[in-house]
Amino acid sequence: MPLLQIQNLTKNFGGLCAVSDLSVTFEGRELMGLIGPNGAGKTTVFNMTSGFYQPSEGSITFNGQNTAGMKPHQVTSLGIARTFQNIRLWHDMTVLDNIRISQHHHLGYSFWDSVLRTRRYSQSEKRITSAAHEILEALDLRRYENELPRNLPYGLQRKVEIARALSVKPRLLLLDEPAAGLNSVDVADLIRLVRWIHKEFDIAIWMIEHQMTVVMSLCTWIKVVDFGSTIAEGTPEEIRNNPQVIKAYLGDENI
Amino acid sequence: MQRLSIPFLLAVLFTALVGMSYYEYMDLYVQSVIMFMGVNIILSTSFNIINGYMGEFACGHAAFMAVGAYVTSVLNVLLFTKDRIFGPPLLDPELALYFFPFTLLAGGFIAALVGALVAIPSFKTRGDYLAIITIAANYIVTSTIINMDSIGGARGFMGMKKIIFAMEDVVYLPWMLIWVLLSTFMTVWIIRRYVSSTYGKGIIAIHQDEVAAEIMSVNTNKMKMVAFMLSSGLAGIAGGLFAHILGYINPGSFGILKSTECLVMVYLGGMGSLSGAVLSAVLFTLLLESLRFIIPWMDQGLHFMSLLPDGYHLSQVWKWVIIPMILVLLMQFRPEGIMGNKELSDIFPRLKRLYSFK
Repeated sequence: MPLLQIQNLTKNFGGLCAVSDLSVTFEGRELMGLIGPNGAGKTTVFNMTSGFYQPSEGSITFNGQNTAGMKPHQVTSLGIARTFQNIRLWHDMTVLDNIRISQHHHLGYSFWDSVLRTRRYSQSEKRITSAAHEILEALDLRRYENELPRNLPYGLQRKVEIARALSVKPRLLLLDEPAAGLNSVDVADLIRLVRWIHKEFDIAIWMIEHQMTVVMSLCTWIKVVDFGSTIAEGTPEEIRNNPQVIKAYLGDENI
Repeated sequence: MQRLSIPFLLAVLFTALVGMSYYEYMDLYVQSVIMFMGVNIILSTSFNIINGYMGEFACGHAAFMAVGAYVTSVLNVLLFTKDRIFGPPLLDPELALYFFPFTLLAGGFIAALVGALVAIPSFKTRGDYLAIITIAANYIVTSTIINMDSIGGARGFMGMKKIIFAMEDVVYLPWMLIWVLLSTFMTVWIIRRYVSSTYGKGIIAIHQDEVAAEIMSVNTNKMKMVAFMLSSGLAGIAGGLFAHILGYINPGSFGILKSTECLVMVYLGGMGSLSGAVLSAVLFTLLLESLRFIIPWMDQGLHFMSLLPDGYHLSQVWKWVIIPMILVLLMQFRPEGIMGNKELSDIFPRLKRLYSFK
């Protein structure tokens, strides 16, 4: 059974067709890239995969379960976590709280437990906090746990956001332009980080990225979309030399 | 030591206030000011859940107060007093003392149910639109009460004083003051525990980035529902207390002006600060009461300096000029309120050594 199967996915916003007839399959733990010019519909694909938009047509099956009609938090608890193009951390809460709140789907206690401070409350708070410490430790962020994200440099904010996504213990991680706004040193770090996460956490990663160095060095399979439809897919080498891709990115020489 | 300092202080405060009113060191006026302070603390801290921690802009807090006030009063009058409309009491009036907390909670519960109805539109709307919806809800509640003749309609509803007398007949203590103090302590304690748990921090996540909250596994609809129900339930309890302190309620006292008072208290104290909400409720009550004395003094002073014409005297209506003026100045020079979104222990870190409030 494939991990994620997207079949004939289509999304229309009124008369605008943002994504048309897109199909993707993740067998196990691939590291796949999704590229395309601005406005090609890449983020819309991610928004549908994470349950934020409902597809107009087609189906998304994760781990044998159809995600149609599910709320985003339900999709997340199935095992799909994501980061955002423009970092969306909760900026006025500490890094530790950012990680802890992402455990909201398996808190295991109710409102009354939180008011009466029952044993169930203290046990699950302890469990959540130690899980959060573990993930921060793994990503070398433990020393920033009491900082507010807004006070951290941009590269670290990205890393915290990735840590937050990993803390929900996903089986598929969606990275939406992780290298956007990073300098070349941070980009090199990011490439190492993503490769390490892929190996260490043993998860599938799907990333949208504009920086070709990142995509070409990380992904084993790349899908290129333009105006909502797939124009090419293949290994990095095949993509690099595909005339249609070059045309989409650089324009037609006959114009 | 740290853990016991707050309960100890509260116990001292409680005994001192109750003792002073029991031995009549405090007259009824001071007592009533303290009780209104308690009610205002409940109102502002509970409203702070929605407008502060969750960052919504609701404007109809008085509606829930009205529901709580009417449900508690009608229940009590129906059960424990001989009334013109409801007839003889259904239970022995002596039981009023033991049943009062339950009728108060019943009022809170019904108010929470009404709050749940208002929470449903908040799933999709935010900001100005939610403000309009909540103002509409406030009007719906007050005009429903106006049109219910069986509970007095626009003339209002009374008979709650008899409940107090019935309670005092059993054991002579300043019962209303006791209930108000206990409810206030409970409210602040519940809210503190709620918002400091990871469960409750879900609503702060909604405030800071709702989309991220929804995608990073927070069930936003459920959290909004819980927050609205908690907030309106506590407002209902405040309403029940308010009705029994005054002994008389009418729909007019739960209009848009009362909701505005709640808004003023939240924004004065600082959004998302529990100690700020408590502080601003205390200050606001004191300010309202002190203007009762300050305005005649100002009147005399201005006449003494011949700045006012002989025939004209400053009346108490000027209160509603001075308080908005203070609000305007506050918004101009400190828009985040007295405390911002910080707690007392964030501003004075040394306090952390003296107490832990959990």
